[in-house]
Amino acid sequence: MIELNDVKKQFGDRQILAGISLSVPRGMNYVLMGPSGSGKSVTLRNIIGIVRPDSGSVRVGGMEVPTMDRDQLMALRRRMGYLFQNGALINWLSVAQNVALPLQEHSKLSSSEVDDRVQDVLRMVGMQNSAEQSPTDISGGMKLRVGLARALVTQPEYVLYDEPNAGLDPIISHQIHELIAEVRDRLGVTGLIVTHSRACAVHCGDRIGILENGRIGLEGSVAELTSSGHPLAKAFLGSGAD
Amino acid sequence: MNAPQLVGQSLRKRVNDAGFVVDLLLRTALSLGFLPRRTRFTLDMAFNAGVRALPVTMVVAAFAGAILAMQTGIELRRFGDTGVLGTITALSMCREMGPFITGVILAATVGSSMAAEIGTMKVSDEVTALEVMSVDPINYLVMPRVIALAVMCPLLTALTDFVGICGGSLVAAQNLGVSQTLFWNSAYDALASSEHFLPKEVYVGLFKALVFGTAIATVSCAAGLRANGGALGVGLAVQTAVRNSVILIIVLGFIITWFFYFLAG
Repeated sequence: MIELNDVKKQFGDRQILAGISLSVPRGMNYVLMGPSGSGKSVTLRNIIGIVRPDSGSVRVGGMEVPTMDRDQLMALRRRMGYLFQNGALINWLSVAQNVALPLQEHSKLSSSEVDDRVQDVLRMVGMQNSAEQSPTDISGGMKLRVGLARALVTQPEYVLYDEPNAGLDPIISHQIHELIAEVRDRLGVTGLIVTHSRACAVHCGDRIGILENGRIGLEGSVAELTSSGHPLAKAFLGSGAD
Repeated sequence: MNAPQLVGQSLRKRVNDAGFVVDLLLRTALSLGFLPRRTRFTLDMAFNAGVRALPVTMVVAAFAGAILAMQTGIELRRFGDTGVLGTITALSMCREMGPFITGVILAATVGSSMAAEIGTMKVSDEVTALEVMSVDPINYLVMPRVIALAVMCPLLTALTDFVGICGGSLVAAQNLGVSQTLFWNSAYDALASSEHFLPKEVYVGLFKALVFGTAIATVSCAAGLRANGGALGVGLAVQTAVRNSVILIIVLGFIITWFFYFLAG
């Protein structure tokens, strides 16, 4: 379970998070929506411990993230996956080497077991035929799928998705949404998805939270929010456009 | 903001930057235990550094040695003492010019590319991705580069010394009428008269190169790791890396010379 309670974060004079509270139950996908610059990515970075909150509680699996030392944080991160907006692949490694990296660094698996695991996740994201390609030779959508494979290869309990369909065409976006839903359904992974996309929220989200002024302004299932008539819900979910 | 405040802010930033570099160097030293795991990558880095810098270093070294012999020879000829040209060229190249030339060229070629590579990774979230995967960017990105340059800088310096002396010998023979035998004997006598395994001139020069290589890589990686703000930030990181490396080469060169030739005798 991921829980944030009254988390505040300020950069310079700008209050980004002003007391955000949310909880993501085990095995569910929580979709966090909100305007650009409203603190969605900062929320994810607080959860994985890259950014420390000024105040408030961030708990993952019952453990308080901001007070963790470096070793505890590294141990926690091994149980988590993170999908970056652009995939954030290491350019001098091939697709397969990128996916294998977290296993090679932390697991005690043999190289053949690593290869098998890498092939499995690449097959899952439909990238098994691009294993030897360089990240510079593949499209944005393919990079995202490789990034997702890398996030999943360690069989994490939690995956954080930062704008998983930013800049993608509707067909690739749909494939990514199906993958995210499959990760939850097949692997039982707890997910927190930051997105602007209504389609992503509808397809992947069990619960939706919409940020307003640095805290959750509206929360509920897709059906609850769309039927609420709330201006925020209309703005992010109501138009039907994506 | 008034002038004293601006000066204070600038000083604070410089101290902060210097602190970051020192901290990075210490953390790199602490991560040396990961070297066996990073051997392949370190060798790749060393090979790239050597290949990238070798041609330009050799050209500059040959001409630097030639200029040194020419300028010194003009004066020595007035006193009829061109026989010591080999000694002067060899000592100058090994003590000072070899490490300095190699350091500056490595800073401009390899240091700049290190800052650009790591800076690009930083602004495109690749460094954050490593942290998120619990991969320490210091032992994964910085340590192999520092070791590679710390090893390659002395090796290139040894070549620079030799090529520079060769350049000097050609000028001595062609323009100053000093025979090759006299020049090389004079150079050999200057460098061989030592009770140590290596002559002091050579080992001090190679030690300087080791320090320069370490400093260039650390400063360049630090600049890359502090890059932000997209392509502009990467450009600034490269500029910072080269500028700080050259300043450090000069300052450290002075300190090492002072230590070995004045403090330690």
